Amino acid sequence: MIKFFLMVNKQGQTRLSKYYEHLEINKRTLLETEVIKSCLSRSNEQCSFIEYKDFKLIYRQYAALFIVVGVDDTENEMAIYEFIHNFVEVLDEYFSRVIMFNLDKVHIILDEMVLNGCIVETNRARILAPLLILDKMSES
Amino acid sequence: RNCQTLNTYGMLTPSRMPAPIRLRELIRTIRTARTQAEEREMIQKECAAIRSSFREEDNTYRCRNVAKLLYMHMLGYPAHFGQLECLKLIASQKFTDKRIGYLGAMLLLDERQDVHLLMTNCIKNDLNHSTQFVQGLALCTLGCMGSSEMCRDLAGEVEKLLKTSNSYLRKKAALCAVHVIRKVPELMEMFLPATKNLLNEKNHGVLHTSVVLLTEMCERSPDMLAHFRKLVPQLVRILKNLIMSGYSPEHDVSGISDPFLQVRILRLLRILGRNDDDSSEAMNDILAQVATNTETSKNVGNAILYETVLTIMDIKSESGLRVLAINILGRFLLNNDKNIRYVALTSLLKTVQTDHNAVQRHRSTIVDCLKDLDVSIKRRAMELSFALVNGNNVRGMMKELLYFLDSCEPEFKADCASGIFLAAEKYAPSKRWHIDTIMRVLTTAGSYVRDDAVPNLIQLITNSVEIHAYTVQRLYKAILGDYSQQPLVQVAAWCIGEYGDLLISGQCEEEEPIQVTEDEVLDILESVLISNMSTSVTRGYALTAIMKLSTRFTCAVNRIKKVVSIYGSSIDVELQQRAVEYNALFKKYDHMRSALLERMPVMEKVTTNGPTEIVQTNGETEPAPLETKPPPSGPQPSSQANDLLDLLGGNDITPVIPTAPTSKPSAGGELLDLLGDISLTGAPAVAPAPASVPQISQPPFLLDGLSSQPLFNDITSGIPSITAYSKNGLKIEFTFERSNTNPSVTVITIQASNSTELDMTDFVFQAAVPKTFQLQLLSPSSSIVPAFNTGTITQVIKVLNPQKQQLRMRIKLTYNHKGSAMQDLAEVNNFPPQSWQ
Repeated sequence: MIKFFLMVNKQGQTRLSKYYEHLEINKRTLLETEVIKSCLSRSNEQCSFIEYKDFKLIYRQYAALFIVVGVDDTENEMAIYEFIHNFVEVLDEYFSRVIMFNLDKVHIILDEMVLNGCIVETNRARILAPLLILDKMSES
Repeated sequence: RNCQTLNTYGMLTPSRMPAPIRLRELIRTIRTARTQAEEREMIQKECAAIRSSFREEDNTYRCRNVAKLLYMHMLGYPAHFGQLECLKLIASQKFTDKRIGYLGAMLLLDERQDVHLLMTNCIKNDLNHSTQFVQGLALCTLGCMGSSEMCRDLAGEVEKLLKTSNSYLRKKAALCAVHVIRKVPELMEMFLPATKNLLNEKNHGVLHTSVVLLTEMCERSPDMLAHFRKLVPQLVRILKNLIMSGYSPEHDVSGISDPFLQVRILRLLRILGRNDDDSSEAMNDILAQVATNTETSKNVGNAILYETVLTIMDIKSESGLRVLAINILGRFLLNNDKNIRYVALTSLLKTVQTDHNAVQRHRSTIVDCLKDLDVSIKRRAMELSFALVNGNNVRGMMKELLYFLDSCEPEFKADCASGIFLAAEKYAPSKRWHIDTIMRVLTTAGSYVRDDAVPNLIQLITNSVEIHAYTVQRLYKAILGDYSQQPLVQVAAWCIGEYGDLLISGQCEEEEPIQVTEDEVLDILESVLISNMSTSVTRGYALTAIMKLSTRFTCAVNRIKKVVSIYGSSIDVELQQRAVEYNALFKKYDHMRSALLERMPVMEKVTTNGPTEIVQTNGETEPAPLETKPPPSGPQPSSQANDLLDLLGGNDITPVIPTAPTSKPSAGGELLDLLGDISLTGAPAVAPAPASVPQISQPPFLLDGLSSQPLFNDITSGIPSITAYSKNGLKIEFTFERSNTNPSVTVITIQASNSTELDMTDFVFQAAVPKTFQLQLLSPSSSIVPAFNTGTITQVIKVLNPQKQQLRMRIKLTYNHKGSAMQDLAEVNNFPPQSWQ
């Protein structure tokens, strides 16, 4: 089960956070700082899976942004690693440029892909369908 | 009063304040903040604006305000005042409002808030909404954070949606059902009919989530598991189609068709095939196909292979398939991608117990991973290496592991050191090698070894009689240069105290003897005493060692007396007490000194064949895990001097883990018959040979494989031996001995032999006797009964039978044979009368 999904930049600022298991708000900030610290300290030769407390962290770096997914040990790490890339490809298709000003839209996309810590949909077209409709509605 | 302002849509709205800014402006603004304080100020300002906007019950901008609130919440600022607003948004008719409202609910609310329950009605209505996207929102929210009450209320709606033909809704309903089942397990039955044709769907989203739902149900209920086993053929077919079908643009990831679904199906197959021969057989072919045909050049393929391997290892697959799986893992180990290496090591660790031989083949690759740069990989490689050490490869493996210990990060050193000790004890090819290895660990990672390493090592050294001179010489040389590593210094001090006479004698069997004078030895011990680096415990060792040397050295006795008397006024209470008592030994009890400080006898080891140690006493089995026996670490053996002095006044004997001392015949004197003297009265007068101290407070040891010594000098033989057990190729014979000095004691030596063609490993023999007897089980010679009767395990049992009743015994045997765990109970009734009468 996916426990949390984070997008954090190199300076440690959280750009997106979604938790699938309840965590107190002060613990969240602590978690996010520690997570980004462990990810930043890894070099390129090291593997993308870190053990952190009772989670496993799977992270991928895209330019200045880290996407970190925390899972428990029932998940296949490599499939999640692939899933992160899938997510980024969806974002790529929808947002042509910088995405971070449309946080709510990113959340909507994430909600289409992951429900309650479990992968729901991986097909780009189907994920973006409700969002495109939403856009059309808000324009009219 | 009626000031009209233009909002960002260019429409006129009556409002007192300017329109609230949009989310994206807020984000832009916040990003310009250069300090935390600046950011906080901006946030507070915006929060105030939002709050007043909420107070005005402004419908138009509520959505925008809540969106901003969510952003601020993400940054870590409190946003609870927005919770009710979310509910208002959910209740609105506009989709844009609902969207943000539900998002807000998922981010800000959870079961603990009372507000949460108010959503129930809205969700119920929205589940039946005419627009599928609204229904989807409701399903998503319910599935993420619905409480048990909500789930109970709305389960019916979810179940209805699970049967709809709309695939967009069906896939979400499936995951929502998973959440409902987790919250309210009793409702699981309710979803059973809807699962009937879930797998007939073409839509991959629905397939994927259906498999998840089925997985959840199977994991929760063995009945469901049995029920769904019939789906195996269908799952196999779906998987086959995914593999065989050509390029499908909808689901392709790097040339593989919907790998996520494949992984899910493989996992469900794993659960269904576990412990079930028929299902396992049905999936054999497809697993082999996936394993051989999947492209391994990209991460995607490897992800699928990884899941396949896990499945193969978990179900009852045929051996060919298992070997294939392990070979795949071996190939992973050679891959450049560190992710894959990590995953391979993790899986190998899981399988090393069951498929030991297959994993052994990849040993050298695993050992290479010890040099990897990645911490997680190193740790896995270390654990796996320890699991693979056996009698054949121990020398080579130890070399690698010692090198690893030298160069690894501090967080590993303690575990690595303990692992090396354990492996060395089990498989040491020679005593000298064993001691060399332990010394190497102490000098490399001395400060990281666990507390029980010191007494363990001391006990080991004592038992390696033939190399005492070598050992003490090496230890002396080791601390000459550096006496900061406490465990090393403690062991060295103890040895020097014990074998100082050998040290100065200038004789050494194994290597070139060094020339050392008595004064030089005392110099180093005194330096240890004075040094700031020495802990109190170490000082205690050193002082006792100095004291012991008073009987082993001839020239420097006066110096020793002086040192001891100085410490009679030490601030450290422990040292002071010792010094005072030693002083007394010099003055008033000088006639006893040489006897009291005599050479230590060989110590007995306590039985253990594994993590739980069972020692039988009084005919009952008591699990006696090592932790419950608090070994006073450190000064334990050297407080023998204190024990000796106490001896005259009676001693504490804890009967749980009795260890019998063996007095070598050369030490002279009688042996203590432990069982006869296990009463709590003072020990009998043992004036002639007080060296045989019941070392009851000896810490127990994790040992295996070293045989115990013969215990009785005076024995009567001539009692016929019996075959106590013979079944399935395992035969156990009992031979008897009885003591002349104590006729209530019978010593039984068991010999276990194995006539089958495969070894029996992890062999554990346990025995229980009726309440009128007492039983003591000593450690066995090994835990493997070799095949074809090529060797035996011997083990000694001592039985105390004060009432001279007929001997009866119940035995329990556990061992691994041909890959499965075997266990048997039997009663032994054919004891010859001479063994107990």
